[in-house]
Amino acid sequence: MRRLSRFNLAALVLGIAFLYLPIVILIVYSFNASRLVAVWGGWSTRWYAALAQDTALLQAASISFRIAFISATLATILGTLAAVSLVRFGRFRGRLLFAAMIYAPLVMPEVITGLSMLLLFVAVSADRGFWTVVIAHTTMATCFVAVIIQSRLVDFDVSLEEAAMDLGASPAQTFVLVTLALIFPAIAASWMLAFALSLDDLVIASFTTGPGATTLPIRIYSEVRLGVSPEMNAVCSIIVAVVGIAVIAASILTKLNAARGAPVREA
Amino acid sequence: MNPRPQRSLLTRLVVWIPYVWLVAFFLMPFLIVLKMSLSQSAIAQPPYTPVFDLSAGWHGVRSFFAGLSFDNFVFLGSDPLYVLSYMKSLEIAAFSTLLLLIIGYPIAYAITRTPGRLQSILVVLVILPFWTSFLIRIYAWMNILQHDGPLNQLLLALHIVRAPPAWLSTNTAVYIGIVYSYLPFMVLPLYAALEKLDESLLEAAADLGCPRWKTFWFVTLPLSAPGAVAGALLCFIPIVGEFVIPDLLGGSQTSMIGQAIWTEFFANKDWPTASAVAVVLVCLLVTPIVIFQHQTMRGVERG
Repeated sequence: MRRLSRFNLAALVLGIAFLYLPIVILIVYSFNASRLVAVWGGWSTRWYAALAQDTALLQAASISFRIAFISATLATILGTLAAVSLVRFGRFRGRLLFAAMIYAPLVMPEVITGLSMLLLFVAVSADRGFWTVVIAHTTMATCFVAVIIQSRLVDFDVSLEEAAMDLGASPAQTFVLVTLALIFPAIAASWMLAFALSLDDLVIASFTTGPGATTLPIRIYSEVRLGVSPEMNAVCSIIVAVVGIAVIAASILTKLNAARGAPVREA
Repeated sequence: MNPRPQRSLLTRLVVWIPYVWLVAFFLMPFLIVLKMSLSQSAIAQPPYTPVFDLSAGWHGVRSFFAGLSFDNFVFLGSDPLYVLSYMKSLEIAAFSTLLLLIIGYPIAYAITRTPGRLQSILVVLVILPFWTSFLIRIYAWMNILQHDGPLNQLLLALHIVRAPPAWLSTNTAVYIGIVYSYLPFMVLPLYAALEKLDESLLEAAADLGCPRWKTFWFVTLPLSAPGAVAGALLCFIPIVGEFVIPDLLGGSQTSMIGQAIWTEFFANKDWPTASAVAVVLVCLLVTPIVIFQHQTMRGVERG
């Protein structure tokens, strides 16, 4: 008996428009030939061409991508281990603290996470730079990965594992060949989301970075503080496109996963 | 039946690797912030005293405790600038959470009214902007709200205003930025709660002659309350400590506490004060964070 009233339809259309219009406007303006916002100078890709000359920006992008790649990989491993411990190992000692450390960073204001990370690095007198940002991003992303994998494991049909073990597979074999294989799409999706999180982060990276490790968001932020510019419109449009493709890929993977492994649930 | 967990070396490693990582890089840093907030600032590198010196043994521990001071907290309490910043942050977070509820609820509700296939597409559409950078989405609004930007051009063209109003550096801009950035966080938990709602309850109410608005008020709304609480917490807590939005869209009148930490840290290089500001912020947020954790843990474990 579910029907879409006119009010519902209006809420949907306005909501989606509100979410997407600003990004669409940004992308359209990135193709504006004129430097002035008020003047439409026709379509042009000159700001994109100008980006190719901006070596500082390209270097920041390359640093950001490397940090995102390494921290997403580490976070996926740590987060998967954490999720397995929480779902499969029952009540072990210190579980409450463990769970608290996984959920708290999800809502903790980034300024606090960043500040505390930095003070840790100073306390152990670590040189701040590339690797300190990697550690900070790994920690933040681990929690997101753990929550995603955890909810996937809760849905998991345990009889599949029991069948494998009845047929003579060892617990380790069962875990790798059955469990990991079945939740793999969720793992891949978490990796992509961890990658996107790292690529986006400004605040935590600002606190934990050092000389020579300026990430893309830090670079963009320092430009954007001075005001709107067409070059920045172009950079931001490229990032939106990259992240958009990654997230769509991730959600398709999750769909496949849901269709394959989970017990069928009709809404 | 679950096979009995065997505590082999391998399983212990599975728990210990992430555990040790989180203790080292999440818990430890917090203890250090706490310690730092009780230190005094000094013109040095790093800019604070006392430094915890383990090599001095027991004497070092004693002098460490002797060196602690609550001066930073006394200073925070006595400076109206900080008190006002905290109040402003809580006020902005509370009001924007309310706005998010009012805007997010109809959207989440409408999604549950659409056919199944469309529903999952709409959910992805709502999540998608969340993954594109905060910074970029705020920048997109700087673009729109600037003096000769698209919004003012539209308003002028429609003859709604005579002179272009200033949007940037106002409270309005900060609220727009916050609602825009946090809308997915509000819509998703609401949708999750509404989607689980048992349709037969609504039918039962209708069969018993209950008008639709009454069914909504007495059945739908209370049953979706857990989703509303989850969404509100998921928004409120990070908004209180928000930095990027007030920094780029706000002006001097919207100085929030996240900016205070940032300024103390990067501009004034006063690490102990920055830490004290952070500690007070965590104390303010501790209750909502505990409620949030409790809810998430229960939610995830139920599946």
